[in-house]
Amino acid sequence: MSRVEHASRSSRVGVALAGFGLAALAMAPLWADRATLRLLAEMFTYVALASLWNLLAGYAGLVSVGQQAFVGLGGYLLFALGIQFGVPPLAAVLVAGPVAALVSIPVALLIFRLRGAYFAIGTWVMAEVFRLMASQIAALGGGSGISLPASLVLAMAPTRQWRELEIYWLALALAVAVLVAIFVLLRSRHGLALTAVRDNELAAQSSGIDVRRLKFAVYVLTAFGTAMIGALIFLMKLRISPDTAFSVNDWTAFVIFIVVIGGIGRIEGPIIGTIVFFLLRQTLADLGSLYLMMMGTVAIAVMLAAPKGIWGLIVERLGWQMLPLQRRLVLEPSGKARAR
Amino acid sequence: MAPLLALDNISKRFGAVVVADGISLALNAGEALGIIGPNGAGKTTLFAIAAGALAPDAGRVLFAGEDITGLSPDRRCRKGLARAFQIPQPFVGMTVFENVVVAAAFGAGEPEAAVYDRAADLLDRCGLADKANRSAGGLTLLDRKRLELARALATKPRVLLLDEVAGGLTEHECHALVELIKDVRASGVSIVWIEHIVHALLASIDRLLVLHGGRFIAAGEPREVIRSSQVAEIYMGIAADG
Repeated sequence: MSRVEHASRSSRVGVALAGFGLAALAMAPLWADRATLRLLAEMFTYVALASLWNLLAGYAGLVSVGQQAFVGLGGYLLFALGIQFGVPPLAAVLVAGPVAALVSIPVALLIFRLRGAYFAIGTWVMAEVFRLMASQIAALGGGSGISLPASLVLAMAPTRQWRELEIYWLALALAVAVLVAIFVLLRSRHGLALTAVRDNELAAQSSGIDVRRLKFAVYVLTAFGTAMIGALIFLMKLRISPDTAFSVNDWTAFVIFIVVIGGIGRIEGPIIGTIVFFLLRQTLADLGSLYLMMMGTVAIAVMLAAPKGIWGLIVERLGWQMLPLQRRLVLEPSGKARAR
Repeated sequence: MAPLLALDNISKRFGAVVVADGISLALNAGEALGIIGPNGAGKTTLFAIAAGALAPDAGRVLFAGEDITGLSPDRRCRKGLARAFQIPQPFVGMTVFENVVVAAAFGAGEPEAAVYDRAADLLDRCGLADKANRSAGGLTLLDRKRLELARALATKPRVLLLDEVAGGLTEHECHALVELIKDVRASGVSIVWIEHIVHALLASIDRLLVLHGGRFIAAGEPREVIRSSQVAEIYMGIAADG
């Protein structure tokens, strides 16, 4: 019997650090003020969106520039369910996932007929179709948008402070849920196949992996998570319009920036990328449009110096893995694979 | 009995270049077949068509009597048709061990934990045991070739398509490879082997085919085929290099 280990020394440290970090974030209301909590919650939504896009593009090779379709869909579901049926916002966030997964199935059937750059354009076109459809719904404010009714918002919690805490913890919980789900997926048999697809699609297919089915499943799963995050984002904003809900800039361009900077095709990449993105944004935002140019410069610099992103560079140089994803064969001193 | 793998009147052209011009081939169970031919003769294209990476313009691919022309490469792999690429295609971000585990789990359709032993054993047989936990992206060419073979074998093939696996090997390494391939054959796997290293081929095969200009121009007992005047004319220049 051969024995296989997942953890390495760096991943044990990584998991311990992640545990401490999570505990500190869960208790953030004790040490952070309102503005910081709002910023952290926004960061959590970006960690989740970027992790989902990383799964889609970094692992499954599906470079979508239309994930705003599902962010917006989730957002609009929150408003539609609340306004039309009086569904409480927290429940609507949970419902947004499965509904978006269902919607993503016919979308996938359509756009999976396209490859490479055409696929990317196709996803964008789909997102635009979603945006135009949303602007036609008069009951949801049409093209100018609508606010979440005060009655729904006030019913969430007895005080404003509690409501904000609820939203903070929901954002943290969703981000952690997305990361854990991706980790469990990558640790599984399907994760092994996905990693193979990431590295070499041709060889993956030749090794018996049904690449098409795997990509389809990843697309639907990603839509599920993205829409839940979308609903959460617009619960935080309390107002939605077609242009903000289906913004390619906010929900795709920034997300791609985060993943590319952090390290595409690595589960750790989006976390690093989000921290870098928010550091840049918080320090440079006062500079106006110059800030976007500087972000572009950073993106180009990282792509030239470290094409695999910051985490990719760390893995290459130091061989670290923050999470125990690798399968290491335990060898006996003789070099033969045997159980200890 | 139907042949295990059969190509039936396969044609393929890229623009004006005809790479397969009505090719037929039959591989019987337990047989080892060699294919030689000058560069650009259409050897690798033929493998791509057999393995499903490329669709032929005309003709059929049959596996154990069943028409598999429309099947995807992964379906063919799970049926027992494995391909080792001429240019090794490792999963560079995974360890050597994980590379073989993927192929063993998906190619043979087994649960992951059930294939660890077999994967470890294959690494041992292919001379990669001491590199099991290395990143496959950092391997030398020789080790990449070994990994390519180990991964193809991990899918539990009934037919193994080998594309120039001996190229670039030293005499000693080549000898070890031939022994390994004989061993694979003895375990009941049928083989089609494209190779420029003719002496490695001759030591391992039952039948030799010569591909030139998109068709087979000679076929038969390996040593006789090699000595035939047709082959000498077209092919000896390259064989002498090998």
